[in-house]
Amino acid sequence: MGSRSSHAARIPDVDSLRRETGFSQASLRRLYDRFQALDRTGKGYLSRLDLQQIRALAVNPLGDRIIDSFFPDGSLRLDFPGFVRVLAHFRPVDEEDEGNRDPKEPEPLNSRMNKLRFAFQLYDLDRDGKISRHEMLQALRLMVGVQVTEEQLESIADRTVQEADEDGDGAVSFLEFAKSLEKMNIEQKMSIRILK
Amino acid sequence: MGVRGLVPFCPWDWCLLLATLQCCGASSELNRSTDSSAQRELNVRFAAASSQPAEAISVFTLDYDYVQIPYEVTLWILLASLAKIGFHLNRRLPRLMPESCLLILVGALVGAVIFGTDHKSPPVMDSSIYFLYLLPPIVLESGYFMPTRPFFENLGSILWWAGLGALLNAFGIGLSLYLVCQVPAFGLGDVNLLQNLLFGSLMSAVDPVAVLAVFEEARVNEQLHMMIFGEALLNDGISVVLYNILIAFTKMHKFEGIEPVDILAGCARFIIVGCGGVFFGVIFGFISAFITRFTQNISAIEPLIVFMFSYLSYLVAETLYLSGILAITACAVTMKKYVEENVSQTSYTTIKYFMKMLSSVSETLIFIFMGVSTIGKNHEWNWAFICFTLVFCQIWRAISVFVLFYVSNRFRTFPFSVKDQCVIFYSGVRGAGSFSLAFLLPLSLFPRKKLFVTATLVVIYFTVFIQGITVGPLVRYLDVRKTNKKESINEELHARLMDHLKAGVEDVCGQWSHYQVRDKFKKFDHKYLRKVLIRKNLPKSSLVSLYKKLEMKQAIEMVESGVLSSTAFSTPHQAQRTKETKRLSPEDVESMRDILTRNMYQVRQRTLSYNKYNLQPQTSEKQAKEILIRRRNTFRESMKKGHSLPWGKPAGTKNIRYLSFPYSSPLPAGRDMKVAEFTDHDGSDSEPPPIMFSTHSPKESIQERRWAPEVIPMRSLHRAGTPPHFGYRRNASREEHLGRGGRAILRPKPLFHAVDEEFESEEESEEEAPAFGSLLSSELRPGRDCNLSHSPLLQRK
Repeated sequence: MGSRSSHAARIPDVDSLRRETGFSQASLRRLYDRFQALDRTGKGYLSRLDLQQIRALAVNPLGDRIIDSFFPDGSLRLDFPGFVRVLAHFRPVDEEDEGNRDPKEPEPLNSRMNKLRFAFQLYDLDRDGKISRHEMLQALRLMVGVQVTEEQLESIADRTVQEADEDGDGAVSFLEFAKSLEKMNIEQKMSIRILK
Repeated sequence: MGVRGLVPFCPWDWCLLLATLQCCGASSELNRSTDSSAQRELNVRFAAASSQPAEAISVFTLDYDYVQIPYEVTLWILLASLAKIGFHLNRRLPRLMPESCLLILVGALVGAVIFGTDHKSPPVMDSSIYFLYLLPPIVLESGYFMPTRPFFENLGSILWWAGLGALLNAFGIGLSLYLVCQVPAFGLGDVNLLQNLLFGSLMSAVDPVAVLAVFEEARVNEQLHMMIFGEALLNDGISVVLYNILIAFTKMHKFEGIEPVDILAGCARFIIVGCGGVFFGVIFGFISAFITRFTQNISAIEPLIVFMFSYLSYLVAETLYLSGILAITACAVTMKKYVEENVSQTSYTTIKYFMKMLSSVSETLIFIFMGVSTIGKNHEWNWAFICFTLVFCQIWRAISVFVLFYVSNRFRTFPFSVKDQCVIFYSGVRGAGSFSLAFLLPLSLFPRKKLFVTATLVVIYFTVFIQGITVGPLVRYLDVRKTNKKESINEELHARLMDHLKAGVEDVCGQWSHYQVRDKFKKFDHKYLRKVLIRKNLPKSSLVSLYKKLEMKQAIEMVESGVLSSTAFSTPHQAQRTKETKRLSPEDVESMRDILTRNMYQVRQRTLSYNKYNLQPQTSEKQAKEILIRRRNTFRESMKKGHSLPWGKPAGTKNIRYLSFPYSSPLPAGRDMKVAEFTDHDGSDSEPPPIMFSTHSPKESIQERRWAPEVIPMRSLHRAGTPPHFGYRRNASREEHLGRGGRAILRPKPLFHAVDEEFESEEESEEEAPAFGSLLSSELRPGRDCNLSHSPLLQRK
């Protein structure tokens, strides 16, 4: 909305953001434009309201949870670094980076494990590190049409937890979650091409 | 859906039709012999005072000649439609082969029948009928359903690819074939260069959209879709322009004397024709958009205006020897945005469906004609020419794809991978366009026209059937790394979750426009164009009525049953039930997997699912409604329980204040307006007011108090003092902010804007969300002015 020329200089802490997230300068600039476009009233941060204006999110079954994931720890304001940090999880994985990475540095935000962690937190609402059967059921409910009965949903949720649960505690921990998805191409599923 | 039994149904169906046709054919044969008497009868019918007395009053006569042409045309169209119905009833077929295959088969069938009964087919196709009546609907439809935003974002690439690709293909094929013709062994020596070039130009008219449906479900990315659409859109126009120019050259008859001046003139003409056509199209688009601004009282003629102006743009361009195809395309693209906002809902639907109908009728007729010509005696088979044509078509398409994309990838932010390019290359299926142009070659200038027609037919059959059927597997092969058939339920569920998540985050990222130009255009559009072209008081759209319906439904549910609807959350105490680990049999697992696959919500299609032959089904709308209802229910639940979300932290100092509408007395009877206002303690300057529930006036009934939680404000307000937002049409408003937990209040706003039939248009319309809000307020507003948000509430029973 309107052509804003945003130089990299206007983005706060651009260098540290680049290092942390791995985005290129151009991508950060675009994300900053987008951030400003979403921030209609020019507050300098985003609130949940701003994200809810995105109409497509309203008909996404997980829309609320996705918005929540942008506001970690229940904060109310989303500033630009936070915005970018979340989006960094969806950066496509560069194969060359994997080899050259310095093992002492923290894992990049778009590594497979971090992507899985991000998806895990969509299930694990109470942040106890496990997906309980109840949480699985809730997520299932969100994603399934109304014609499925409650009993069917419960049995599906049961089965899901049962399949993944290895230590028998009736809940799926993060490692179990990651293990159940070891065959899935997470790098492709959770990467957005334009975020290169 | 029990479709397995239907495949044997189709041959029956077709046999029946075949029999019908035979009867018609036979009856017409009968009439052939009684031609003279029929002629006389015809005269009798029309000449009131006829000198020839009829012998007797015949009780039963058959007059076939009178209705022959429309009768047969109708029968053809019906036959094709029935075939399409059969085709779509079988779930697997549409994914295996493009619909063009089906149409060609039907055409061949009709052709066989006609040939077999030695019937003289009605002269449906000649040059003027094709160019004046059959071609415009097809082009109009593809222009109208073109999604504009991605088109303009990729405009440079599309123009480069479509324009240069068509030229490269045309000249490449033409020149190579000319070289082949020079070889004396093939007996083609009399086909000169111009004729070959002309043949090349009509061969370059591809119809790639036809195969799009086949590989649509493999998540082909948006850019690729756009290139394919763009090519299909512009390709016809460019081929026809080239064709006309080359025909003009051929008519000049001085082949040996063609000088460079002429060639330059030809090039200049090409550009003028193209740009002139677009210019006229745009002008007509704006005129028709402007006129639809005033048609609110006679909405029945709105479709007429749209169609007539588009057609007029075509005709005017053709009059001036400009490209009518590009004109009608430009008209459709320009007018679409404004017309869609102006016309009433039913007109909008009518326009869409009528356009589809017209274009499918045209295409059917062309394909039938193709079938009729296939099975006939006027063919000339020349092995060399035909084989080389096939070979060169593929080679030159490959060359043009790889070379042109290699160059354009340098300038693109998101280059096309080799896989994408392979897909584009392989989708170069020829269609009705090539055949028509070949058929309409003037015989006087092209003594070997039959050869060209035969070659065209062979290429079309080859590409449509062989490429069309194999493109699906090819794309899936290129796209999918591993098809893990035995996916566990876990994987399926999580995969879907991730798809939704990815779609959601993509929506948050939005569309990145590459060009400043686009932003500038949008600004210009908002400031000037929309004011002129769009109606002042938009009529109540279906969104509003949808909202009201939902509110009503909810109110009725609440009142009658007092029980939560079926999609409510179960209370947390159920989590403590005993954890039994049942051993599930494989069949159970299978059935679970089935349930999941069939019932999970579809991920929102980012890529444009454009089907040339149908409009999108309404399942996405149904799904959207379910999701919205569910969210409202959870919100209602959470309001009831007094905390924000079932899983969230308690609301704490959430500020929920219910104010009753200040002027309840002058309200129309039966309507009760309540206001809920959530203020964000975070963003507001004022002190957060304490939570006050149910400060209703005492005369309200218990029922209403129960309804209080349902109050969902419809608009967001601006904070008094902040300048009105871009897109907001009112200026005294306050921005609502959400409380910490009460996130859902403004959900309805994007909610009901999101439930939009125009899901196809990928307009980034975030700025329209508040416009919608003010639209509602303007509806509710007459005579009032208030600073509070209000919502049309449930009617009192």
